[in-house]
Amino acid sequence: MKVQIDAQLCQGHGRCYDLAPDLFGEDDEGYATLTALTADGIVPEGREGDIRLAAANCPESAVLVLEEALNDRR
Amino acid sequence: MTTETVVVVGSSTGGVRTAQALRREGFAGRIVLVGEEPHEPYDKPPLSKQYLAGEWELDRLALITPEAAASAEIELRLGVAAVRLDVAARQVLLADGTALDFDHIVVATGAAARPSPWPADSGVHVIRTLADVDALRADLATGGAVVVVGGGVVGAEAAATIRTLGHAVTVVDPLATPLARLVGPEVGRPLEELHRRHGVDTRFGVGVEGIDGSAGNLAVRLTDGSTLSAATVLVGIGAVPNDGWLADSGLLVDNGVVCDRYCRAVDSERVWAVGDVARWQDPRYPADVRLEHWTNAVEQAAAVAHNMVHPDDLQPYSPLEYVWSDQYDWKLQIVGHAARGGRYEVVGDLGSDPARAAVLYSDDDGRLIGSVTVNWPKSLVTSRRALTAGDVDFEQFVEQIKALPAKPPAPAAR
Repeated sequence: MKVQIDAQLCQGHGRCYDLAPDLFGEDDEGYATLTALTADGIVPEGREGDIRLAAANCPESAVLVLEEALNDRR
Repeated sequence: MTTETVVVVGSSTGGVRTAQALRREGFAGRIVLVGEEPHEPYDKPPLSKQYLAGEWELDRLALITPEAAASAEIELRLGVAAVRLDVAARQVLLADGTALDFDHIVVATGAAARPSPWPADSGVHVIRTLADVDALRADLATGGAVVVVGGGVVGAEAAATIRTLGHAVTVVDPLATPLARLVGPEVGRPLEELHRRHGVDTRFGVGVEGIDGSAGNLAVRLTDGSTLSAATVLVGIGAVPNDGWLADSGLLVDNGVVCDRYCRAVDSERVWAVGDVARWQDPRYPADVRLEHWTNAVEQAAAVAHNMVHPDDLQPYSPLEYVWSDQYDWKLQIVGHAARGGRYEVVGDLGSDPARAAVLYSDDDGRLIGSVTVNWPKSLVTSRRALTAGDVDFEQFVEQIKALPAKPPAPAAR
């Protein structure tokens, strides 16, 4: 699974980095960033659920999730 | 629960997010998502903004794509309403005559726009669904002045959008300021000024007596004796929960499905409710709560999914309220209880252009109870964390916000 933040869409609601603070961070103004764990856009194994939780909570659909395998849902 | 079936009734934010959250929680049984509207599930906040403006097409509003639904094994039954719930038989009847058996059912049928109580032949609109906005856009395309009745979130956002499209716009509301149920006049007055700077005429503190005429030639009669002419009228005066289909279900329904603190119907452990249609017992408050916020629908969906999948670990649902609204270049973010605060402090300037400010609210005991921020997400997030932690000294918090980086926003870059 891969993840990106769309900086044009992000409005700083802060849902992603409040829900998964090690996977998402914030800049000085409060807009979302990736972190050391996600900097390359690759989601650490076993953290897919947290990424989906963050995406589901983003009011702007700015957390872009690229599902790679259909069988990693559970 | 691998052989169980969950039927989710409602294909908007609450319903879709519940189905997804059930999978996140490890539910491996069957999930059927029933939706009355024929469209693929779509997100509603852009309806009064980017979709109304014609900037975004329907595909940008997707809450879940058919591919994502298939990947998560969520069966979509769209274009068919649920018409009756038989709790004892564990069956929901659909408008096409078919029935679905369930082990658990989630009521997520949302709310409908409160209809205009002022009959007119045509040209009077509401905003709640895609079809509503398509009809409004069709009338707007013929040009002419627009009267918006209601200065709440939907009315104020739509007024800003319609003004930006080039129409003459007047907003009418019997309350004193815009968003008066969410924010006090210390925010409402500068917000009204923002609308006026953009050329919107505002009539706050004035009600509507009646609307006469038809599309293209409407007269809106006001309580101060004046009359506004309009080609099109938008009525944004709140919403009513879509709970009529449960009338003979035996469930306690009273302005929403009445639920316990775990968002389970008080009458049945197999019936749950999420979003605008759910009224539940928040342990913090003496009375039941029903919220019509996007964030609430998403968080309540997660809470219900957790409680359904983990009956041995039931968690009371007690969210921190969070609402946002975009009007012109204002990004308003509201957390906690801003309208109830007696004392407040403004950090920054709501009158500057562009505005950048945080309005912080204290309760009588000197504790932070809410914040309204404009174009300053850092102050919003800092407020939400403080409110989540709870018991935060107001004076100290004001200093904390003042100490945040003073860098002005760069709206052109965003």
